[in-house]
Amino acid sequence: MRYLPHSAADRRAMLASIGLSSVDELFSDIPRAVTDAFRPLGLSPRSEQEVFAELTELAQRNGAAGTACFLGGGIYDHYVPSVVGHVLSRSEFYTAYTPYQPEVSQGTLTAMFEFQTLIAELTGMEIANASLYDGATALAEAALMAERLKHRGRIAVARSLFANVRRVLDTYCWAGGIEVVELPYLPSGRCDLSHVPGDVSAIVLQSPNAFGVIEALEGVKERVGDALWIVSVHPLSLGILAPPGAFGADAVVGEGQPLGLTMSFGGPLLGLFATRAAYLRQMPGRVSGRTVDAAGNVGYTMAAQTREQHIRRERATSNVCTNSALCALAATVYLAAVGAGGLRRVAELNAEKAHYLAGRIAAIDGFDMAFSGPFFNEFVVRVPGDPAELHRKVLDAGILVESPDSLRPYGLDDALRIAVTEKRTRAELDRLVDALRGAT
Amino acid sequence: MTTIFDLPRGAETGGLFPDPDVPAAGIDGLIDRTLLRSDPPRIPNLSEPAVMRHYTALSKLNYGVEDGIYPLGSCTMKYNPKLHEDLARLPGWANVHPLAGPRSAQGALAFLHRLSALLGGIAGLPGVSLQPVAGAHGELTGMFLFKKHFEERGELARRRILLPDSAHGTNPASAATAGFTVTEIASNEAGMIDLESLENELDETVAGIMLTVPNTLGIFEERILEVTEKVHAAGGLCYFDGANLNAFLGRARPGDMGADVFHFNLHKTLSAPHGGGGPGAGPIAVSEPLVDHLPVPRIEREGEAYTLSWDHPRSVGSVHSFYGNVLVALKAYAYLLQLGDDGLRAVSGDAVLNANYLQERLKRTYRLPYDRRCKHEFVLSGTDPGEAVNTLDIAKRLIDYGFHPPTIYFPLIVREALMIEPTETEGKDGLDRFAEALERIASEAREQPQLLHEAPHRAPVRRLDQTAAARNPVLTHPLDEGDA
Repeated sequence: MRYLPHSAADRRAMLASIGLSSVDELFSDIPRAVTDAFRPLGLSPRSEQEVFAELTELAQRNGAAGTACFLGGGIYDHYVPSVVGHVLSRSEFYTAYTPYQPEVSQGTLTAMFEFQTLIAELTGMEIANASLYDGATALAEAALMAERLKHRGRIAVARSLFANVRRVLDTYCWAGGIEVVELPYLPSGRCDLSHVPGDVSAIVLQSPNAFGVIEALEGVKERVGDALWIVSVHPLSLGILAPPGAFGADAVVGEGQPLGLTMSFGGPLLGLFATRAAYLRQMPGRVSGRTVDAAGNVGYTMAAQTREQHIRRERATSNVCTNSALCALAATVYLAAVGAGGLRRVAELNAEKAHYLAGRIAAIDGFDMAFSGPFFNEFVVRVPGDPAELHRKVLDAGILVESPDSLRPYGLDDALRIAVTEKRTRAELDRLVDALRGAT
Repeated sequence: MTTIFDLPRGAETGGLFPDPDVPAAGIDGLIDRTLLRSDPPRIPNLSEPAVMRHYTALSKLNYGVEDGIYPLGSCTMKYNPKLHEDLARLPGWANVHPLAGPRSAQGALAFLHRLSALLGGIAGLPGVSLQPVAGAHGELTGMFLFKKHFEERGELARRRILLPDSAHGTNPASAATAGFTVTEIASNEAGMIDLESLENELDETVAGIMLTVPNTLGIFEERILEVTEKVHAAGGLCYFDGANLNAFLGRARPGDMGADVFHFNLHKTLSAPHGGGGPGAGPIAVSEPLVDHLPVPRIEREGEAYTLSWDHPRSVGSVHSFYGNVLVALKAYAYLLQLGDDGLRAVSGDAVLNANYLQERLKRTYRLPYDRRCKHEFVLSGTDPGEAVNTLDIAKRLIDYGFHPPTIYFPLIVREALMIEPTETEGKDGLDRFAEALERIASEAREQPQLLHEAPHRAPVRRLDQTAAARNPVLTHPLDEGDA
């Protein structure tokens, strides 16, 4: 086994030094009943070459990888600049542990500090943590933070959250004894905020929401009262859209995958979490802070650790330990590589291409935009006939569009959700239009 | 330390993304102006060479697994095979959208299904979920399953989780997040669970116990079967923290020890890298009574095809956006295929041999509070070299010798703890050099304690003031309008 450095002579010498003659003797403290019950997997070892071949062959059975992708729902087929992969390939970054020893972890800690600065700036908030698992758990953690601050046992959430994010939120809230009440959506696709309940710990919106519609954030803070106002965002949209922080949001969360991460069949992902400085002591997750060393030079270390599980145990603000540090590094390098200029450019490309496609689809007989509200790079269209049949035909044409089933949780059974990124060419957009037209 | 905000800025951007190939009227013709940013975010515009140099420079300030022994106890910092990194970058794995639908993702579903079967086999348990993405996330999911189990049975009084005083901090935090309260159980003089203390706590308010096997002292609970039998007899469930699986991989199964939930740390035991603090993966394996409560969607096989199944009304719901950290799982799968049964057994054999070899040598210089055969790790106390120095000083001095320090001040039941886990991928020469360094540091502690107090002397920075960082948190770089 080439991952094990010992020679047979090494093992003999080491065993002799502890007075044993075989490795198996080291395990005599495991009860006999346990070792007798042991059954192996029936797995023969294979060479690197064979495993590479097998998993390459299996990868080729993922037809999705080579197909024009109009899938969204929080994960998007964005372009990842080459520089991101090259930085992530440096083993000093990807093999390191959580930076408990800051003097030998300044690379990770400095990048975390940059990430926090970038995410706070992008969302318009005062502080951000160093990442959570994904956008769904980031939202769930925000809800738990709101409950710790307000203790009302209830939160109100827009029905127009991504369904998968809502499922995770529901699970965490069920366990935490928090009731979840739903705010309906308007014909525009925006959340109906005309009857916001007063006795809730948080009001949760998503913008752009599950219909792709950009919420009107102006004036929401006033309606929310003293509950925490939490907004879940698509981070790339903030290259052009005004950030929730500018409208007084109390916490901004989101899925960071669009910032330089591959889609990876949904994991690893990157949970973004930004909030007010006043909530630092209730914030979940790790943070890197600026400090000085014994010689007075600037350095970075994990800060506000007294909130964390390894210090506070059952009174910690969260159980999160390992999070998504390397994904946060990817997002940091992505933002450094594109800069404010590139971020605006790529966000505009998304919006321009999505609007071109939406316009062309809406012009097909029988097709119509499902909502009147403004959108960024994702939208919902009502389709004529059986949407499942239409979906099948589009797939057969070699184009990936989400199953219409994904819109059933919203009471929509005659619609498709379509996402467009900067990677989709005009030829691909037109091909989807032709496929939709031909399928009806 | 230089950040991107300190670099010369204002480089000409462009060249990453193409010009629009659709008619573009300008963004404020598409989206109402009131929804748009009035000012761009203050993110510097940098050239690509500047970016690459900056992050290369930062990387060199890190200590990685390829720099030498990384003996963090309970972290299993083993070598991360290069094949796995190459595999995870193949477009057929990296570029698959999670909502592509089973038809377009048969390869991914097939490997996830096979990996689930292998993990179930390692654990000796019938049900597996790959959704949890970290060890603590596996713990939390396990606690959700406990809660669901007792909720369905109407045993709502079972709200207490028992925890040995040597438990990882994530255990109590996970139990609390799931709405349980925590009761600590004392260890006996041998470092194992005190059965009498356990019995005194077992009643109809106990939901279960969270155990780490071997425990965080690196000691196998010899009476583990009695512990789990007693908990089960009292109507409780047994959670096994899998952080220490490297100690018995290929030799014993938690399911045979009485586990109801066992979590894997694929980024520890099964060779996936830690990423500087994630992404990891914390799949769980569960016993028969809990199988129906596992998260949805589940990956199932129908004939030759793999599908996603949602119809599980007794499920706790979802704990992740999709199916867990698939690319991390891929690395673990590749590792298992290469190792096979013999390789798994060899891994735990060398991991435990290395720990015992080091323990035997170092106990002559440092105090070993629980002196008995260890498994994959052991815990020394930094009190012996003299009261003039502490464990933090010893750890920082190790950096000067070119080594990453061990885990320190954990477990909490050992004063001035130094928790050492060498892993199986460290050779004898590396272990000897590490031991020599610790022995020399013990002499230095007596002869020149100041050298230790002021350590590290040969790191990118001197000892950092963590108190100042805690007292006056500076968590973002100040930006000014000129930053864009």
